[in-house]
Amino acid sequence: MNKIQTASDLKTVRVTLVRNTRKGKTIVTLCGGTGCHASGCTTVISAFKRELKKHKLHDTIDVKVTGCHGFCEKGPIVVIQPRGIFYKQVKSKDVKDIVEQTLVKGTIVDRLLYIDPLTGKKITYEKDVQFYKGQERIVFADNGLLDPYKIEDYLTIGGYTAAVKALTTMSSEKIIDDIKKSGLRGRGGAGFPTGVKWESCRRAKGTTKYIICNADEGDPGAYMDRSLIEGNPFSILEGMLIGAFAIGANQGIIYVRDEYPIAVQTLKNAIALARQWGFLGKNIFGSGFDFDLKIIRGAGAFVCGEETALIASVEGKKGEPRQRPPFPTQRGLWGKPTTINNVETWANIPYIINKGSQWFAGIGTEKSKGTKIFSLVGKINNTGLVEVPMGITLKEMIYSIGGGIPEGKSFKAVQTGGPSGGCIPKELLETPIDYEKLKEVGSIMGSGGMVVMDEDTCMVDVARYFLEFLQDESCGKCLACREGTKRMAEIVTDITKGQGKEGDIELLQELATTVKDTSMCGLGQTAANPVLSTIKFFRDEHRFRKWFLRHSPFRFYS
Amino acid sequence: MRTADIDKILKRHEYQKSALIPILQDIQAQHRWLPRETLTYVSEQLNIPLIDVYSLATFYKSFSLKPRGKHVITACCGTACHVRGGPKVLQELQNQLHIGVDETTPDQTFTLETVRCLGACALGPLVVIDKKYHGQMNTKKVASTLKKYAKKKTKS
Repeated sequence: MNKIQTASDLKTVRVTLVRNTRKGKTIVTLCGGTGCHASGCTTVISAFKRELKKHKLHDTIDVKVTGCHGFCEKGPIVVIQPRGIFYKQVKSKDVKDIVEQTLVKGTIVDRLLYIDPLTGKKITYEKDVQFYKGQERIVFADNGLLDPYKIEDYLTIGGYTAAVKALTTMSSEKIIDDIKKSGLRGRGGAGFPTGVKWESCRRAKGTTKYIICNADEGDPGAYMDRSLIEGNPFSILEGMLIGAFAIGANQGIIYVRDEYPIAVQTLKNAIALARQWGFLGKNIFGSGFDFDLKIIRGAGAFVCGEETALIASVEGKKGEPRQRPPFPTQRGLWGKPTTINNVETWANIPYIINKGSQWFAGIGTEKSKGTKIFSLVGKINNTGLVEVPMGITLKEMIYSIGGGIPEGKSFKAVQTGGPSGGCIPKELLETPIDYEKLKEVGSIMGSGGMVVMDEDTCMVDVARYFLEFLQDESCGKCLACREGTKRMAEIVTDITKGQGKEGDIELLQELATTVKDTSMCGLGQTAANPVLSTIKFFRDEHRFRKWFLRHSPFRFYS
Repeated sequence: MRTADIDKILKRHEYQKSALIPILQDIQAQHRWLPRETLTYVSEQLNIPLIDVYSLATFYKSFSLKPRGKHVITACCGTACHVRGGPKVLQELQNQLHIGVDETTPDQTFTLETVRCLGACALGPLVVIDKKYHGQMNTKKVASTLKKYAKKKTKS
């Protein structure tokens, strides 16, 4: 294989690849993401290979291990293309039936079909599953179709066409202008306009600049970044290449969580392939632009998701945030201008370049454009990853896509934004999901974690959980955050043990506000959210629990 | 850990001070934990004050300054696992092993650790033993799962 050196090289390669893909060929796609991997997909894969060989079908039918399909609740998932037959929770003992009945005879294996929890009907095709129906997948669309270890798959569906377009036909100003016009905002949580960030970095003085992909997905209950890396790593690499070109950075870094071994492996392989094919390295597409990437693994510190802490960690120091300004776009890694964007933000770039800023700006609400991937987890029927246009309501999310609460229990709250977010009660379920609206109700968009809680979940315990998390993860640099989160955790723990005192809630509110106002980085500034929002919406529960545990004869058993 | 092995790792990272985190990660991957002598040796070789090496090794959660057992058990404490009963599973693990979090059984078989979230929330409550995921855990399954590992002969 020769390196792709020009735009026409890429075109030729793609045409050949598309020609060689036989239309209508049966492909068995299996989800190989961390979730399905843990549910035993590897044995299913080998069973398929074995069975197909036995029936002498191994040359005519392909087995493709793809990234996460998103419907993790029902894993391991098997989809038979091109018909799109959807089998859930497939075990290796089911493979024989799938091969003999579906692949040989063309009939459906009834017992492996998904049953809609609302209607009780059996669903045969992937497109009819309610979980997928309510979604609008852009960034996540190709996850179930690609083998993340094969760059050819990505090229076949038009991979790197955006990069070619950007590097060979567009100026940096035009690219930045397009991203600005698209209205794309940072998907890591804060929602800063991506184009503005790029422009500031582009205009910063100096010839050496860096870009960083923040894959330190620390929010508990959020795993879309991991799934994107594991499913479609090349889209992130392509987005970074375009960004690097627009900003004028020749070196990029992907900072990825150490707790994600499969993601690290997938990225390593993707980077090696991109180098081989000439999508990384010198003079990419003959544009005279050089760019390369390296991976840095995190070492288990939540605060390293904050950009200045992340930079410190890349430099080999403790991950402590520093005062801003100067912002990283002015003085970042090694004191040079640096742009840091989240995984999902980078993955959006190729689509915006290819389809245009107007198309992207046409999706979503006035101030929040495009789609966002959420991880719907906790007490919900359809656990999984959901990509929806900004602006849909929490209710649609939980009841229509999520399929409601299991075991007929009632909904109590949904927690968004991880430890920096808050709990949203039933009364506010009509809230549309966008950056501003979620902030108004005391939570944040965050990286997209959505933990659903039912009637059994104690809200005081949830507040305690997040406070313990935060006091443990506080880096300790700012006094208010270090001590404040600790004291708040103590007070709330006392309440859960029935040792609450009069005035506790007021003290909590005062402490929370102080920590919010006097901390330097996002961790402390938002640490108050879980406490303040539960007090605001579930004040009675705090009171009741205090009262109950103090007076109830059963208090010693609870 | 033999100094020759540490030298190999240091060489791979070209004795760069900025590579201290990956160096310690590589050492721990081989040795399972970071002994005092190793940290001293790394500090001398890289010309970084020992206090800075120590501060880094204690700041990041993935480093262990205590010996770890043959099997490392990691209980997920993410929000999704939490609301699905993760704390009960963790408590049961502690009861069965008679150790607390970040401790090792006296016979050096098991080390119990926690993690913030592994992003496999559909499987919650989740317990990982030696990198193998055990999903939908409950207090009843804990004992039988541990038994399987206690029997397993692994090279130390």
